[in-house]
Amino acid sequence: MQELINRAKELLADGTVARVLGWKAGDLPYNPEPAYFETEESLKDFVYNGFCGANLSKYMIEASKLEGKTMVCLKPCDTYSFNQLIKEHRVDRDKAYIVGVGCKGKLDIEKIKKQGIKGIQSIQGAEITDDAETLTIQTIYGEKTCAYKDGMLERCHVCKGKEHQIYDEIIGESKDTKDADRFDEVRRIEAMRPEEKFAFFQSELSKCIRCNACRNVCPACSCRKCVFDSNKFDSSQKANVDSFEEKMFHIIRAFHVAGRCTDCGECSRVCPQGIPLHLFNRKFIKDIDELYGEYQAGEDTDSKGPLTNFTFDDAEPSIVTERG
Amino acid sequence: MYKIAKENLSALFQSIAENQELYLPVEVSGQVNYKAWTPDAKVSLETLKTVKSPKDAFFPQSENLYTVQRDGKKLSIQPEALKEQKFVVFGMKACDIQGVKVLDNVFLSDPVDSFYAARREHGTIVAMACHEPEESCFCKVFGIDCAEPAADVATWMVDGELYWKALTDKGEALTKAVESLLTEADGTDAEKLETEKTAIRAIVEKLPYSDLSLEGWNGDALTEKFNSPVWEELYKPCLACGTCTFVCPTCQCYDIKDYDTGHGVKRYRCWDSCMYSDFTMMAHGNNRTSQLQRFRQRFMHKLVYYPANNNGMYSCVGCGRCVEKCPASLNIVKVIKAFEKQGGDK
Amino acid sequence: MSECTCHKNYTLDTLIPQVGIITDIRQETPDVKTFRVNAPEGGKLFEHMPGQCAMVCAPGVSEGMFSITSSPTNKEYQEFSIKKCGMLTDYLHSLQVGDEITVRGPYGNHFPVETELKGKNLLFIAGGIGLAPLRSVINYVLDNRENYGTVDILYGSRSADDLVQLKEIQEVWMKAEGVNVYLTIDREQEGWDGHVGFVPTYLKEIGFDTDKVALVCGPPIMIKFVLAGLQEMGFTKEQVYTTLELRMKCGVGKCGRCNIGSKYVCKDGPVFRFDEIDELPNEY
Repeated sequence: MQELINRAKELLADGTVARVLGWKAGDLPYNPEPAYFETEESLKDFVYNGFCGANLSKYMIEASKLEGKTMVCLKPCDTYSFNQLIKEHRVDRDKAYIVGVGCKGKLDIEKIKKQGIKGIQSIQGAEITDDAETLTIQTIYGEKTCAYKDGMLERCHVCKGKEHQIYDEIIGESKDTKDADRFDEVRRIEAMRPEEKFAFFQSELSKCIRCNACRNVCPACSCRKCVFDSNKFDSSQKANVDSFEEKMFHIIRAFHVAGRCTDCGECSRVCPQGIPLHLFNRKFIKDIDELYGEYQAGEDTDSKGPLTNFTFDDAEPSIVTERG
Repeated sequence: MYKIAKENLSALFQSIAENQELYLPVEVSGQVNYKAWTPDAKVSLETLKTVKSPKDAFFPQSENLYTVQRDGKKLSIQPEALKEQKFVVFGMKACDIQGVKVLDNVFLSDPVDSFYAARREHGTIVAMACHEPEESCFCKVFGIDCAEPAADVATWMVDGELYWKALTDKGEALTKAVESLLTEADGTDAEKLETEKTAIRAIVEKLPYSDLSLEGWNGDALTEKFNSPVWEELYKPCLACGTCTFVCPTCQCYDIKDYDTGHGVKRYRCWDSCMYSDFTMMAHGNNRTSQLQRFRQRFMHKLVYYPANNNGMYSCVGCGRCVEKCPASLNIVKVIKAFEKQGGDK
Repeated sequence: MSECTCHKNYTLDTLIPQVGIITDIRQETPDVKTFRVNAPEGGKLFEHMPGQCAMVCAPGVSEGMFSITSSPTNKEYQEFSIKKCGMLTDYLHSLQVGDEITVRGPYGNHFPVETELKGKNLLFIAGGIGLAPLRSVINYVLDNRENYGTVDILYGSRSADDLVQLKEIQEVWMKAEGVNVYLTIDREQEGWDGHVGFVPTYLKEIGFDTDKVALVCGPPIMIKFVLAGLQEMGFTKEQVYTTLELRMKCGVGKCGRCNIGSKYVCKDGPVFRFDEIDELPNEY
C-alpha cells in the first residue's frame, strides 16, 4: 500500500495526474469508501486492503469529464469493466492513468458476519501485503478467526485471473483465487424443474426493495436516463407494484447488459438483501458462450460483441426455441 | 412481569396469530425482515437488525390510496379501506420504536394521515431488548436505551427465557389474550433481568460509535451547516441509490403514482428517496440538480430540519442500517464525524 | 356493522380527491388555457383563500399542484390557468368541456388579505403565467374594494399573444376605480401600441412610491430583478410577497418533496414574504 501511495504522490507532484481515485480508510475496520485525492496531504487517508471491493471503473465516467488525468486504481477484474466502458465510449482512455493494483481476493463483511462474528473492533489479515490465510477478528464478544477464503466475495471464488487487461503500470502482486466453476450455480438452476426455478427466483426477488443499488453501481448501466426512471413508462422505479414487476426490473436489466456484462459481481456485492443477481448475468454469459462461442466482455476494447455483431454462423432463433 | 420458555415461543406466536396478524423477523433466502408469521416461517428473534426496518408495518413500501373508475366521461373514486384488523409487531428494538415516534410526528400531525393513523391504532408493538448490540449501533447517541425498550409490551431474552412486561393498555390486552402460556416471574427472575440490562448497557459503552458527538447539530444550525464545504468532500462516492433511505426506520418521503390495472386506475403511494435524481424534478426544472445537493438534503433533514420542526428531536435513531448497507460505505456517522473533524465548524 | 370506532378521529383522508367537471375552457394564449371546474352536481368543490393551490389529477396520467386563479368571492366555480409544458399539462390541454378530472385541496397558506394586506395600497407585479395566483387576490380585492387602498397592476409577457386574462384586464380591471394597470411586452410587435420592455425595467421607469405592499409572481429571473428594483426604490423585503413553486406530491407537508430548510412549500407556503425566503437555503 505504501508503494501505491508513494507512486500517487509522484504522479500528483509531477503533474501527470490531477487527482487519484482510490479508497479512503473508513471508521470501522471494514468500510473504506471510494475517494478522490487531490493533494499529497490528503493521501494520508488512502487505504488499499481486502475490503476495497468497489470497482472504480464506473466512477471514471464522471472523472473523464474533469480537467486533467485521473490516476485510477483498478484490480484485475475491474479492468474488464474499464475496457468495456472504453468500447462503449463512456470513459476517456486518455483521461485515465491506470494503476493495476494487486489483488488476492476481496472480502465480504456480510459473509464474515454470517459466521456469527459481531461487535467487530479490529481485523488483522485483511491487509494486501499480508499473506495470512486467516483473518483474526477482535470483537466485543472476544477474539474470532475466519479463513480468508470463507470471507471472500462470491466473485473471487470464480476469479477471472490475476492479469490486468489494461493498465499503465502495475503495483503489487495478484493471486488467482478461483476455486469454483462460475457456471456451477447456473447449471444447478438450469437442472431445476420449471416450478422449482420459479420458486427459487420468487423467493430471491421478493426480497428486492428497489433501491436501485445494483443498477447504479453497474458499469454496464451507464445510460444517462434509465428506462425505469422514465415517467412515460408505466412502472415505478422505486416500488414493486406487484410480484410481476419485481421480476421485470431485474430481468429487463439482465437483458440490457447481456453481452456487455463482464461479470464483475458488483450487483451482488451491493445488494442490501443479498440477492444473487449475478446469476441472471451468468446465465446470459453461459448461453452466449454456447451459442456464439466463448466470449468475455471487457477482454479488449475494439472487438464486436456477440449480440451486436452479425455473422452468417450466428445461431438461428430456432435454437433458442428448441432449448426451451 | 411474566416469562415464557424459548421453546414455547412458537406456541405463543400461534396463539397470537389465531386472533390477529403477527409480524416478526423471519428469514427468507438468507435475509431477515419483518414478515407475517406462518406456522412454517423461519422466525429469527436472534437477528439484531432486520435488513429493512419494521416501519412498513405502519407505512408500507407501497399501498393503494384509491381507485378511479371511468365510465364514459364520468369518473368515480373508491378510497381504499383503512386498516381495521388488529395486528402485533413482535420483536421491535428500541431504535426502531423511536423510529415510529419520528414517523408519528410527521403522519399524525395536522392533517392526520388516516392510512397511517389506522395502522398505528390497530397495531400492538412488542418490544425486545438488544441482547448483543453491534459495532454499527449508535442509539445511545440519541438517548435511546436498548436495554429498556418501551412499547406496548417490553421483552428480554435471558438464558432461554423470554421475560414479558406489559406497559400499556394495549399491552395488557395482549398479555391477557396469551396469559395461559405465560408464567409469573419471581424475584430471581427480576434479578436475572437486572443483570441482563446491566450487561447490555456495559456493551453499549464499549461500542465504537457510542461517544459520537452531536454538538452543533440542531435546528438553528441551518445556514452554517448548509453552506459548509464539507459536503463537497463527502458526497462524491454516493451512487445515488436509495439503499440508505429504504432501510432507514425514519425516512418518510413518498411518491404518489398511478397504476393502470386495465379496469381502473389505482393511485398508490410508495417510498421515495431524496437521493434519486428525479425526486424534485418537475416540468419547469429541478431545484436540486446535483448529487451534492441531494446528499446534503438527506442529512440536513435528519439532523437540522426535522429537529427545527420537532422540538430538537433528531430523525435518526442510530440503528446503523445505513452504516451496514451503503454500497459506497457512506453513512450518517461519517457525515457527523467529517463535520467534527472540520473543527472550526461548530 | 364493523366494531371499529377508530375512524372517528379522522375524516376522509386529505390525499383522496373529489371528482371535478370541466364546465368551461378559455384559450388564453397559444399555450395557456383557463379551466373552469365545478362539482359534478354543481357548485364549488371547496372554499379557498387567494394564493392557495389544489392538486389537479388526470387519473392514469399524473397529478400536479396548480394555484387557484379564481377569487374566493366567486361563489360559483373555481378556475385554473394552466400552461402547457409537460406530461400532465399536455394532457389537460387535450380535455374538453364535460370531461372530468380529480381535484383535492385547497392546500397551503394564502396571501394575508384579511390581515397584513388589509387597508394597504397594493402593487401587483406579474410576468406571464405568474398572473394566475395574483389574479385571485386582485379580484378578491376588487370585490372588497373598501378594505384596500390604491391598486397598481404591472403585468408583462413575452408578446401581446401571451398576456393571460386580457379580456378581464381590459374590461374589468382597467375600468375599476382606483386601479392603474400597466401592461408591457418583451419585444415590439405589430398592432401593439402599449409599452415594450421587460417588467423589471418598466417597474423602474414607472417608479412607485414605497407606501405599498408588493405582490410578485412570475419566472424566477423576473422575480429576482423585480425584487432588486423594488429594493432600489426603497421597498424593504418585509413589503414584498411572492409564491414559490416546487415539485409536490402530497400537498400536506409529509411527502418531503418540496422541503427546503425546515419549511414545506406546500404547507408553510406557497406564499412567502421575502424576508422569510432569505432564511431558506438557496434551493428553490
